[in-house]
Amino acid sequence: MIKIPRLLQAVLVVAFIYVAFIVVFDVVLGQVIPASLLTMYMFFVIAGVFMVFTFTEESARELAAPIKALVEDPRKKAIRNVVFAALPLAAAAFTYYNMLPSYQAPVELRSIHPAPPSTVKAFGKRYDLSTLENPFRKYEKEDPEKFEQLVKEGGNIYVGNCQYCHGDKLDGKGPFAQGLNPIPLNFQDIGTIAQLQESFLFWRIATGGPGLPEEATPWLSSMPVWQNFLTEDEIWKVILYLYDYTGHRPRSWAQAHE
Amino acid sequence: MTVNKTQRVRAILLLALFAWVVAAVLPGVDAGAAQAAETVAVTEASETGATAGDNNFQPAPQLSAADYPRLGSVNSRVAVWLAAQLHLWFAAFVLAVPIFVFIIEAIGMRTRDRRYDELAYEFIKVSIVAYSLTAILGGLLAISLLLFYPQLFTYLATIFKGSMFSYALLFFVESAVLYLYYYGWHWLQGGFKKWVHLTLGLILNAAGTTLMFLANAWTTFMMSPAGVDAAGVFSGDEWAAIHNFLWNPINIHRLVANVAFGGSIVGAYAAFKFLSASTREQRAHYDWMGYTANFIAVSALLPLPFAGYYLTAEIYAYSQQMGITLMGGIFAWLFIIQAVLIGALFLSANYYLWCGMGRSDGAVRYNKYVKYIAIVIIGAFLVWFTPHTLVLTNEELKSLGGPYHKYLGPLGIMPAKNTAVNLMILFTAVSFLIYRRTNKIATVAWVRSGNAVMMALFTAGILNILFLGIYHGYFTNTVYKVAASIPQVLTTLTIIVVSSVIDAFMYRGAKEVAPLHWGRIPERAQYALFLLAVAFTWLMGLMGYIRSGIRQHWHVTGVFRDNSVDAFTPTLGYAANIVSMGTILFMILVIFVFWLSQVSTRKTEVSGYWGQQTA
Repeated sequence: MIKIPRLLQAVLVVAFIYVAFIVVFDVVLGQVIPASLLTMYMFFVIAGVFMVFTFTEESARELAAPIKALVEDPRKKAIRNVVFAALPLAAAAFTYYNMLPSYQAPVELRSIHPAPPSTVKAFGKRYDLSTLENPFRKYEKEDPEKFEQLVKEGGNIYVGNCQYCHGDKLDGKGPFAQGLNPIPLNFQDIGTIAQLQESFLFWRIATGGPGLPEEATPWLSSMPVWQNFLTEDEIWKVILYLYDYTGHRPRSWAQAHE
Repeated sequence: MTVNKTQRVRAILLLALFAWVVAAVLPGVDAGAAQAAETVAVTEASETGATAGDNNFQPAPQLSAADYPRLGSVNSRVAVWLAAQLHLWFAAFVLAVPIFVFIIEAIGMRTRDRRYDELAYEFIKVSIVAYSLTAILGGLLAISLLLFYPQLFTYLATIFKGSMFSYALLFFVESAVLYLYYYGWHWLQGGFKKWVHLTLGLILNAAGTTLMFLANAWTTFMMSPAGVDAAGVFSGDEWAAIHNFLWNPINIHRLVANVAFGGSIVGAYAAFKFLSASTREQRAHYDWMGYTANFIAVSALLPLPFAGYYLTAEIYAYSQQMGITLMGGIFAWLFIIQAVLIGALFLSANYYLWCGMGRSDGAVRYNKYVKYIAIVIIGAFLVWFTPHTLVLTNEELKSLGGPYHKYLGPLGIMPAKNTAVNLMILFTAVSFLIYRRTNKIATVAWVRSGNAVMMALFTAGILNILFLGIYHGYFTNTVYKVAASIPQVLTTLTIIVVSSVIDAFMYRGAKEVAPLHWGRIPERAQYALFLLAVAFTWLMGLMGYIRSGIRQHWHVTGVFRDNSVDAFTPTLGYAANIVSMGTILFMILVIFVFWLSQVSTRKTEVSGYWGQQTA
């Protein structure tokens, strides 16, 4: 049986994991793994492989042996010269290609998660977002038929106003979506409305892009100020529809701050 | 309060502060003089009428940029930021060390093993120089606040005058007890004297912890004010202001974090000494010290994520706005750095344990398991730091059809993080259990069934953690999602406690098959200890900035607005640079402290310098 040198083993393990990430995400699952994340993943995979391969003395010695030999062994002079010339050249090429100006828009490092104010002004009134509740939510238990009717009305409002951007499947892929940047929110995603209270949605719908907070600007949101087009009840009905269609439950507080 | 009155209160506070700093920094200072300074402060304070019974309080001042004094080109915010952070790092260290010194001393008394006593003494020796630096930096912080943010300081001092004065007094108590504890170590040995010494350690810890709790009250008041109305008018009830919404969550979090941080700094000291050791005995001693310090750091690190989660949940409960700003909004990317650093802590602590297994030849039996532990820890770590909002190039954005990733997106929210961190903690505990077994063979009759029970316990616990994380995290109401984190934590803690107890009984009277050779550990393991200390320091700096930064444009949230020219949230890069600068400064000072603790043992014999003295 051929014994693979430790250094080669380590390189093969790292290469295998790298390829596995790409194959699994890009090919099998059909969702590319972002290069920025893959870089972070691989950094710690390499750290982990290094740890496993060096925690015993003999393994560490075996791992370093080819490198040591390359540097110290007089018989390896030719290959040493090649490696010592190739390494800085590779580093230079890497730097050059990374610094080369491109026509790509710069990558943005920002999170699109506005923090709500404690109170919000809409429809000429002031709402306390920490206590605001959907007035129709109670019918879910008290009067399921009425609730169903309200959801249906919410659906009609959605189709008439929201689906152009947010899509008829609520996945953020409406007919206008590709013309917007940032693109409309995908309500199907577990990380969007499933994490939020209904009061948060009310705030976002009623005051739209202009109602976003001052921090973390520019938001660049093209969300209309819906209090100018819909009534308060219509907004609450749309919210019922969003949760009903996606199957998510709105966030609620186990305990409110007193 | 009139301007005159304000200035007088400020002058008194400065005076008290000055006395406190001088007394603490110079242990040899005339105690009578310090006491006199205190008396002056007390007398003048009573003359100003600023007593607890005073209920004629003013609203929080409404300032303009011109009300904030400037000093040349000094950036006020950065000056206070760095002074506060450096003070906090040293304070955390000097408060933590006596906690585990007390425990180690007690273990030494119980086991009558002198090595523990010597180790405890060496630990406290390291912290003694750091203590003076803590006081100097505390003085620098207070003076910076007075210079750059006088109205804020005065406003806080008006509310917290009682606790601030108690703080100053308590600092005298702590200093006195600390110096007695340290300088009396070799004097108070044996029998009753040793008990007196241990009691001094207890008093020292009580004073230190109370000091921290008091300072925490002022900090948390600025985040979640209590005892004041919407305009900032103080009700006169100082306890209400102290016992504000976030006080206890911060108290718990800081107490646990301080022990972990203190352990890591002492671990770095041991690594420093190990690498510079010239004899086998020294290497063995500092290896043992490094191991003990790492054990302390890891023991406190394991419950730390839970304390952090509790604090964050309370911040959310206090203010949704604050909570979202913290973890979902503008600070979210710093949380990714935090996640990476916490992961680095777990990795370096585990690596140190794995390398340490080589101290015994018996480790060969367990080496094969390390790679599986590593796979789980690295896998959990990758989930732990996966961001919710991904950084995407335009091509990736186009290919995904939006900024949300169908498979990676769900890893960006809390249920995945909680599951991952619980697994990381559990497998770190496994590393430790394996480490403990390397040199022994259990001799009890029930070894097989004991191991089977432990295996079943871990398997059931891991399945439970996964079920709670996946089912409750993604398929139920958010209330259950948040609530599910509690049984997850309890599962982890139960497994660790029960398996440790079973293991302790199983290995009672175990046969030592291959003795531990202290000092037989690769030098690279010492760098893991350095990494642990640096990562902890950087982490504390980042999280400290975030905690303070979520107040945004408020000095005191909702009641006292910051209208200085610096009342904006800096960019992430700028903030990270300042924190990194602070970390480097702290590390330089720590190296200085390490070096100083060595200097006292050095002696230079000179000939012909001193004249001959006749008897």
